[in-house]
Amino acid sequence: MKQRRMISNVLCHVLLAVLGFIWVLPIFYVILTAFREETGSYKSYIFPKGYTLDNFINLINTSNSMIDFKRWFLNTLIIAIFSTIIAAFFTICVAYCMSRLRFRLRKPFMNLAMILGMFPGFMSMIAVYYILKGLGFLETGLLKQVALVLVYSGGAGLGFYIAKGFLDTIPKAIDEAAYIDGATKWQTLIHITLPLSKPIITYTLLTAFMGPWVDYIFAKVIMGSDNQYYTIAIGLWTMLQKEYIETYYTQFYAGCVLISIPISILFVLTQKYYVEGVSGAVKG
Amino acid sequence: METKNKKPGAAAPVLRAVLPNTAHPSQVIRESDAISKLSFFIFGLGNLLNRQIGRGLILLAIEVGYIAYMAAFGVAAMGNFFTLGTTLQEEVWSDELGIFVYTDGDNSMLCMLYGVITIVLTVVVIAVAYMSMKSAYCTQKRKERGMHIPTFRDDLRSLLEENIHGLLMAFPSVGILAFTIVPLVFMILIAFTSYDRDHQPPGNLFDWVGLSNFAQLFSGGSKLAATFWPVLGWTLIWAVCATFSNFILGMLLALLINRKGTRIKGFWRFVFVLSIAVPQFVTLLSMSTIFNANGPVNVMLRAIGLIGATESVPFFTDATTAKITIIGINMWIGIPYTMLSTTGILQNIPVELYEAARIDGARPPTIFRKITLPYMMFVMTPTLITSFTGNINNFNVIYLLTGGGPDSLDYYFAGKTDLLITWLYRLTITQKDYNLGSVIGIMTFIVLAITSLLTYHQTGAYKDEGAFQ
Repeated sequence: MKQRRMISNVLCHVLLAVLGFIWVLPIFYVILTAFREETGSYKSYIFPKGYTLDNFINLINTSNSMIDFKRWFLNTLIIAIFSTIIAAFFTICVAYCMSRLRFRLRKPFMNLAMILGMFPGFMSMIAVYYILKGLGFLETGLLKQVALVLVYSGGAGLGFYIAKGFLDTIPKAIDEAAYIDGATKWQTLIHITLPLSKPIITYTLLTAFMGPWVDYIFAKVIMGSDNQYYTIAIGLWTMLQKEYIETYYTQFYAGCVLISIPISILFVLTQKYYVEGVSGAVKG
Repeated sequence: METKNKKPGAAAPVLRAVLPNTAHPSQVIRESDAISKLSFFIFGLGNLLNRQIGRGLILLAIEVGYIAYMAAFGVAAMGNFFTLGTTLQEEVWSDELGIFVYTDGDNSMLCMLYGVITIVLTVVVIAVAYMSMKSAYCTQKRKERGMHIPTFRDDLRSLLEENIHGLLMAFPSVGILAFTIVPLVFMILIAFTSYDRDHQPPGNLFDWVGLSNFAQLFSGGSKLAATFWPVLGWTLIWAVCATFSNFILGMLLALLINRKGTRIKGFWRFVFVLSIAVPQFVTLLSMSTIFNANGPVNVMLRAIGLIGATESVPFFTDATTAKITIIGINMWIGIPYTMLSTTGILQNIPVELYEAARIDGARPPTIFRKITLPYMMFVMTPTLITSFTGNINNFNVIYLLTGGGPDSLDYYFAGKTDLLITWLYRLTITQKDYNLGSVIGIMTFIVLAITSLLTYHQTGAYKDEGAFQ
C-alpha cells in the first residue's frame, strides 16, 4: 500500500515537471531571444551565440516614423489613464444603481445589457469608426486618440456585472441604518457604500487600465496606418510584419519583456482585489 | 402564526403607492386631465401653469431644440434615410480651374447615419414627452390632494435622494446609446442594403435591398453559403473544444497540484501562473513565431531527428494541423486560468462529503465523478457559458496566430481557421463588403443568443440555487 502511494506520488511529480517545463519553455524562449546578440529573425538553433542588452537599448532609442517604442508607450499610457477614469466612473455608477436602487427601468436595462453583450463587439466597432469619421474625429492623430478613449470607455456602463455582484454583498441594513439617521441616498453612497467598495473600485480601475494595453483590434481599426499614434499592442504587431521582422525580431522580444513586467504586476494586483471583491464586502 | 413586529421601513411601500410619481404608465394616461395630456405635445405645460418654472422651462427647451433640429436638418435627413441618396458624385470639367472636378453627390453612408441618429433622437424625445406628461400628471394629482408642489430646488434635491438613479445613470446611458446602441442599429440596418465593395460611398450610392443578403447566405449554390456553413461549423467546434479542454484539463491540473501527496504546491502554482502574467497578445505573437515554419519548435524537431533537416511541420499552413495547433496554444493560455479559479472552489468542497464517500468505499475516480465534478459544474456553469460565448468571439487567438489562414479558394474570402468574427473582420476591413459582414454579425448574435439561452436554462445554478448550500 505504502509502496503504491509512493509510485503514484513520483508519477504525479514527473507529470507536473513535464507540464511545468512545457509552460515555462515559451517564456524562457522569449527572454532568451530578447537578450540575443545576433540580429535577424529565425535561427537554426535555440540558444543564442551571445547575449547583450543592446536590444533593449536600441528599442528605446529607435524613433523613426514607423517604429517608435517610447512614443507608443506614452500613447498607450495617456489613453489608458483617460479611459480608465471615464470607464470606471460609468461602471461604478451603473453597478450602484443596479444593485442598491429599485426603479422601473432597472430590469429592462439589465436585459438590454445582456442582449447587447451578445453582439460581437467588433460589429459596432465598424459603425463607431464611421460615426467618428462623420463627426471629423479621425482627421488628426490627436483626435484619433480622443476617439480611442471614447471607444474604450463609452460603452463601459454595460460591464457592471462584477461590480454589481460585489455591491450586492453589502448588507442592505447598513444603508437603512444611514437612512434612519437622516442621510440622503447621495450621502449614503458617498460616505457608506463607496468606502466599503474599495476592493471592487480598485479592481474596476485596474481592469479598465489594462484594456488599452492588451487591445489590438479597436486600436488597429481607429489608427489605421498612423504609426506615430499606435498603442503598444499594434506597435509590437507591426514589428513582426514582413518589412520589419528581419531588423526588429529581437527587439520585438525585448519589447515583449519590457511590457510584460508592468502588466503582470497590474495583473497580480487585479487578482488580489478580485479575490477580495468576490469574497464580499463586510465579513460576517 | 403570529405576525412579527413591523419593521420601521415596512410603512414605506404603502406611502410610496400613494405618491403619484410611482404611477403605472397606463394609470398616467387614464387619469391625466386635459392640461396633463396636452403636456405630451407642449413639453412642460402642466409644470409652467403650476409655477414649476425651472422644470417646465427645461422640458420646453428640449422640445424647442428638437423642433429646431428637425426643421434645420432632421426632416431632410429622414427623407435621405429612405432613399439613401439620389445624386451620384460626378466628374465635371471646370473651365475656371482647367481640370476635372468632382461635384458633391449624396453619401449613402452619411444619409443612413444621420437617419439613424435622427430616429434615435426622436425616440428619446418621445420618452421626454412622456416624462413631461407624467410630470404634469404628478403636479395635477398633488394639487388635487392638496400636497406640496415641488419647487425647482426640490427637484434638484431629489436628484440626490429618490431620483438619484437619474443622476447616476445619465452619463453612462448616453455613452451606451452613442457607442453601443446607435452603432449596432446602424450595422444591423447595413445588412439590408447593398453596401459592398461595388457600392462604396462617396463615389457610389448604395440602396435598400431587403432580405437579399440573407437569401444569398442561405441559398444552396452560392459561394457565400459554401463558406458560411463550414466557418460556422469550425466556430462551434472551436468554441466547444477550447472551452471544455481548458475547463477539464485545468481542473485536473488543480486537483493534481492540490492532492495530498504533492510537495511544493506553491512552486507548481507559480510555474503555471507565470504564463497568465504575460499579456495575451504578447503570448500569441510570440507563439506565432515559435511555431513558424523556421521557428524554434521546428528547429528542435529537426535537431532531435523527428523530421528531416529541411522539412518543417506545417503548424499554421495545413488546415487540420493549424486547427489542432490553435486549440493546443489556447490550452497553454487557458489552463492556468482555470487552474487558478478552480483551486479556490475545490478547497471549498465540504470535506465531509469526501469522508463519507471514502467510508462507503468509493474509489478516487468515483469520488471525482460523483462529488467533485457535479460540484464544480454547479459553481462554474455561468463561467463556462461566458467563456463559451467569449470563445465564439475570440478574435485575438485566431487573428494573431494564423490570421485565419491557410486561405481557401473554395471560400468567399475566408481561410480554413477563420471564425465568424475574423471572417467578419476580413469582409469589412479588407474586402469592404459591409453588408455581408453585417449579416455575419447578426448570425453570430443569433448563435450566441440560442446557445446562452439553451444552456442557461439547463444549469443547476438556474434551476436550484441552493443545491449545495
